[in-house]
Amino acid sequence: MATLTMTTLDPQSKAARRGLSDLAIRNLFIIPTIIFLIVFNIFPLLYSLGYSFTDFRASSNAPANFVGLDNYRTLLNDPFIWSNFAITAKYVIVSVAGQVVVGFGVALLLNREIPFKGLITTLLLLPMMLSMAVVGLFWKLLYDPSFGIINYAFGLGRFEWLSNPDMALYAVALTDIWMWSPFVMLLSLAGLSAVPKHLYEAAAIDRAGPIYTFFRITLPLVAPILMIAIIFRTMEAFKTFDLAYILTSQPTTEVISIRLYKMAFQEWQTGMSCALAYIVLIMVIAITNIYVKYLNKVKER
Amino acid sequence: MAAVQTTSERALNKVAIVGVLIATIIFLAPIYWIVSTSFKPRNLATTIPPTVLFEPEISPFVKLVLRRSQLREQPSPEEYAAAPWWERLVFDGGEKVVRDGQGNVQLSGYPSRFVNSLIVAIVSTVLAVGMGTITAYGFSRFKVKGEQDWLFFILSTRMLPPVVVAIPMFLMYRAVGLNDTHLGLIILYTAFNLSFSVWLMKGFIDEIPREYEEAALVDGYTRMEAFFKVVLPEAATGIAATAVFCFITAWNEYAFALIMTRRTAQTAPPFIPSQVGSGLPDWTVIASGTFLFLLPVAIFTFLLRNHLLRGMSFGAIRK
Repeated sequence: MATLTMTTLDPQSKAARRGLSDLAIRNLFIIPTIIFLIVFNIFPLLYSLGYSFTDFRASSNAPANFVGLDNYRTLLNDPFIWSNFAITAKYVIVSVAGQVVVGFGVALLLNREIPFKGLITTLLLLPMMLSMAVVGLFWKLLYDPSFGIINYAFGLGRFEWLSNPDMALYAVALTDIWMWSPFVMLLSLAGLSAVPKHLYEAAAIDRAGPIYTFFRITLPLVAPILMIAIIFRTMEAFKTFDLAYILTSQPTTEVISIRLYKMAFQEWQTGMSCALAYIVLIMVIAITNIYVKYLNKVKER
Repeated sequence: MAAVQTTSERALNKVAIVGVLIATIIFLAPIYWIVSTSFKPRNLATTIPPTVLFEPEISPFVKLVLRRSQLREQPSPEEYAAAPWWERLVFDGGEKVVRDGQGNVQLSGYPSRFVNSLIVAIVSTVLAVGMGTITAYGFSRFKVKGEQDWLFFILSTRMLPPVVVAIPMFLMYRAVGLNDTHLGLIILYTAFNLSFSVWLMKGFIDEIPREYEEAALVDGYTRMEAFFKVVLPEAATGIAATAVFCFITAWNEYAFALIMTRRTAQTAPPFIPSQVGSGLPDWTVIASGTFLFLLPVAIFTFLLRNHLLRGMSFGAIRK
């Protein structure tokens, strides 16, 4: 077997004796990356785990005092933090649901013989490649109540988007939907094009209606890939910072990342913010786990 | 297929074409608005109804790169006539170019931020793709104990929320003096892109038949030579695609840059929003800065179009 000879090269062979051994090359190629990631990702996390048990403030010279689990207790009993999580949850649901509806919808339309399909698909994908912060900023002009093109195009008069506390979160979500529906569309298109044509032909012979065909053939076969898109977007929406931070400063749009940023770099409650960071981290790890499981599932197909 | 196409099927196709057309217009409208605003005279940027047809001018780009101040009194006709064309454009906008003691024109903050973005994105991309490629080769070709766990560990570092990592990194950087330095940002972006580059490159290298290297080994190449002379050329497309993805991610990144840089090493994403402060912003200048910043990404997206799916799914979906 060719694979076997490659992975376990006979140490006595000529190829192995020339130059570095396979084992040395493997270690040389892999270990620096692992060390780099441990030093710059894991070590900082351990560092902040330590601070999360203290009342340290990075703005003062006072030494950090050990306070045990006090920070965690305070945070979990703080109704304002829970409202930040509630805002985040609302944002995730609105934004991801919007992306799935728009993205999957456009993918269904595109999954036909459309002239210039390749070019149109590339153009539609453009928003997700752009910088959230920089393009997000420009949406401030688009949303402007007096001279924004959104109000003009849809005849909304002087509708307040970003300065209205009840609307601001939806406005941020709308921009996010514009940016990331293309992502759902891209993955959905891959799923749709993988559905075997003969299934549709068989359904047509059986005189199955379009609705029946959609729910019995299309949706079940696209579901795994769509699920990947949903979990990935959920994870990203949960971490969202750029858009909401740039577009508004309403308390109703203070998602958890913004609260964390303010706590750490504006109020300088370093110890407390490290504790909050850990609470967020545990949630992200949970979602990541689900994501990777699905990724491997699709990969095995 | 055409033979079985019914009338209703054809009607449905027409509906789909109209739907796609509408979607394309809506999705491209904001981008069109950025581009068109960046060529508008200032007074046409915020009109009701919005100005669609206008005579394009490049004054926003001139203003973007120059430091300007409010014009207190009109320049004398001689002064105006003696000024170069770009200075006249600034005069026309009711502003004047700021000069230093020697009369040299002062630049705005934008050019240096743009250069910073280039430095940080390019260097971190080279590092992430270089390390990522060899690590991917290691995982692809050799037995590694607990391979799946290591790969999961590598991927999980990518999923960390930036603000969570930024708090301890800020403290550590402050201790060693790396805040507001190019190196500090380069390290962060390399770490961030490294996991992505390992996952993507592993997919590309897995696809290169092992027989190629085997043949090279039989021909007397060492494993290293086989890697550099056989595997790397075969993986060139994958390396290019991965590099473009890493570049775009680093180029667009906002949160780390906002927290870790103030001035010297500040990149464009935190700089451009900071220009919209108090008062009425000049949207034509912001649009021109945005347009120049988005241009490289738009070009790359077009070049990358066949690899987008693969990159966006961390190499899980190949097509």
